[in-house]
Amino acid sequence: MWRRPLPWLILLAALGCALIPYWTDDVQLREGLLLAAVYVILASNLNLMIGYAGYINFGNIIFFGLGGYISVYLVSEWHWPLPAAAILAGVAVSAVALLFGLGILRLRGAFFALATIGINEAVRQLVTNFEPWGGASGIYLAFDAYEPLGGPMQALWIVYFLVIAVTALSLLLSFAIKNSKFGLGLIAIGQNENAAATLGVPTPLYKALVYSASAVLPAIGGGLYFFKSGIIEPGGAFNLGTSIEAIVMVMLGGPGTVIGPALGAALYEELRGALLTSDIFSHFQLVIAGALLLLIVLFIPGGLMGFIHRRVAWTRRWLE
Amino acid sequence: MSAVLEVEAVSKRFGGVAAVRDLSLRVEEGEILGLIGPNGAGKSTVFNLINGVYAPDRGRIVFRGTDITGAPPYRIARLGLARAHQIVQPLAGLSVLDNCTVGACFGREDLPLEEARAAAREVAAEVGLGTQIDMPAGQLTTAGKKRLELARALSARPHLLLLDEVLAGLNPSEVEQMIDIVRGIRKRGVAILIIEHVMRAIMSLSDRIVVLNLGSMLAQGSPSEVAADPQVITAYLGVAEPTQDAGHVS
Repeated sequence: MWRRPLPWLILLAALGCALIPYWTDDVQLREGLLLAAVYVILASNLNLMIGYAGYINFGNIIFFGLGGYISVYLVSEWHWPLPAAAILAGVAVSAVALLFGLGILRLRGAFFALATIGINEAVRQLVTNFEPWGGASGIYLAFDAYEPLGGPMQALWIVYFLVIAVTALSLLLSFAIKNSKFGLGLIAIGQNENAAATLGVPTPLYKALVYSASAVLPAIGGGLYFFKSGIIEPGGAFNLGTSIEAIVMVMLGGPGTVIGPALGAALYEELRGALLTSDIFSHFQLVIAGALLLLIVLFIPGGLMGFIHRRVAWTRRWLE
Repeated sequence: MSAVLEVEAVSKRFGGVAAVRDLSLRVEEGEILGLIGPNGAGKSTVFNLINGVYAPDRGRIVFRGTDITGAPPYRIARLGLARAHQIVQPLAGLSVLDNCTVGACFGREDLPLEEARAAAREVAAEVGLGTQIDMPAGQLTTAGKKRLELARALSARPHLLLLDEVLAGLNPSEVEQMIDIVRGIRKRGVAILIIEHVMRAIMSLSDRIVVLNLGSMLAQGSPSEVAADPQVITAYLGVAEPTQDAGHVS
């Protein structure tokens, strides 16, 4: 894997994103990059499902939200250190996803998509009524939760670096899967599931595994993000709208490619920022997202990377 | 000789229609067994039962001593039973090489990725796809897609190959090439169960032939025995007397 250029490019970009705001002490740049990085984590891991296995998961945000809840709860109530809490959240959420996956991935196409919306709403309702996690009002982190990381100011930087690390890991995971036997099996499933099974791809197992794999890093990212926010509540943690936005990012950048979803996430974040601050569009952000999705699916089904790959052949080798 | 595949008294109904009725057949090691019959006789259903797309309602299917009745297709493929479909099912967005690599990766030998790719490259060249190896499978011609079905199945290095009308839609010279390829496969000791409508081809390829009609076995025997069987001629041609065609096919 390290003989190819892309993993090095990913590490280099991550290093740049981590160091530039730190050296220039530019807090505004850091906040912008952090939000973009969170989107990249969501989009890149969702791409494992959509781009490789060909399954659209409308409930992808629950990984992020559940990871956030578990982490914040462990930090707030049990005083766990943040990294341990986030990692446990990743493991726990991916284990739950594996169980769910073995069940719902028997469904195909539109039925699977519907089931994931159902799961999204079910989890939100469950958490809304779960008193240990604060029910509808959620969990607030006390100010002293940031003390172990050297106070709030320093904690923000540490969380930022960790988020960038998780972002880099997301892209490396995507690259590693794409260039593995597991990835080939997934892509075969995405192309034609019946043919893949006839060729010997263990389809139920692979689908459950990728569903579970796509949960780990978003859950860890959710832990970091909501720790930084200092508050987590069901509406913000399990927002179906964000799930749909993540799908738009994947489709925009190029499903099935490694850097496409990252590109799509960064672009979408820019667009969203511009829309939110504009007088006319600030209330129509999801409408624009929907229209964008429609246009992409109709006119550039391969997304930006698909478009670039078709036009400029050498990019296929360098920018997978 | 020992049997690679034993189908024992298998039946399958779809709603009120008995697609396959109490069918038993054996494929011996290294043998080419032809499966023929009029349209709707249940030939493709038999293939679907063998490779696990459907589970039979009754009966048993044994592959190299392992009971595979009702097992899912991917498990059966792993045991070394590969299939080329009548209606081609390329992984359209993947290259020819990647299509074959999937076959090699997840087939009998469970090869790691790089070895699988090497094996796939070899097989693709063997069936005449060597120059189109990087082409997306969806862009192949009909003949090319048929070859790809075969190449993908072969890449798994199977013990038994199910060939479902691999000659349909090919022109005469392509048919000749394909027949040579199939003969080459058998020479390597792979048993073949083949469904075919091109009579001249199946008569010359098969060691034995099983004739299906309305889901059950009508006759079996050597190609010449089957061709001379009055029941077979009736089923195919709807007339009671031997005709020129029957003589022609042998």
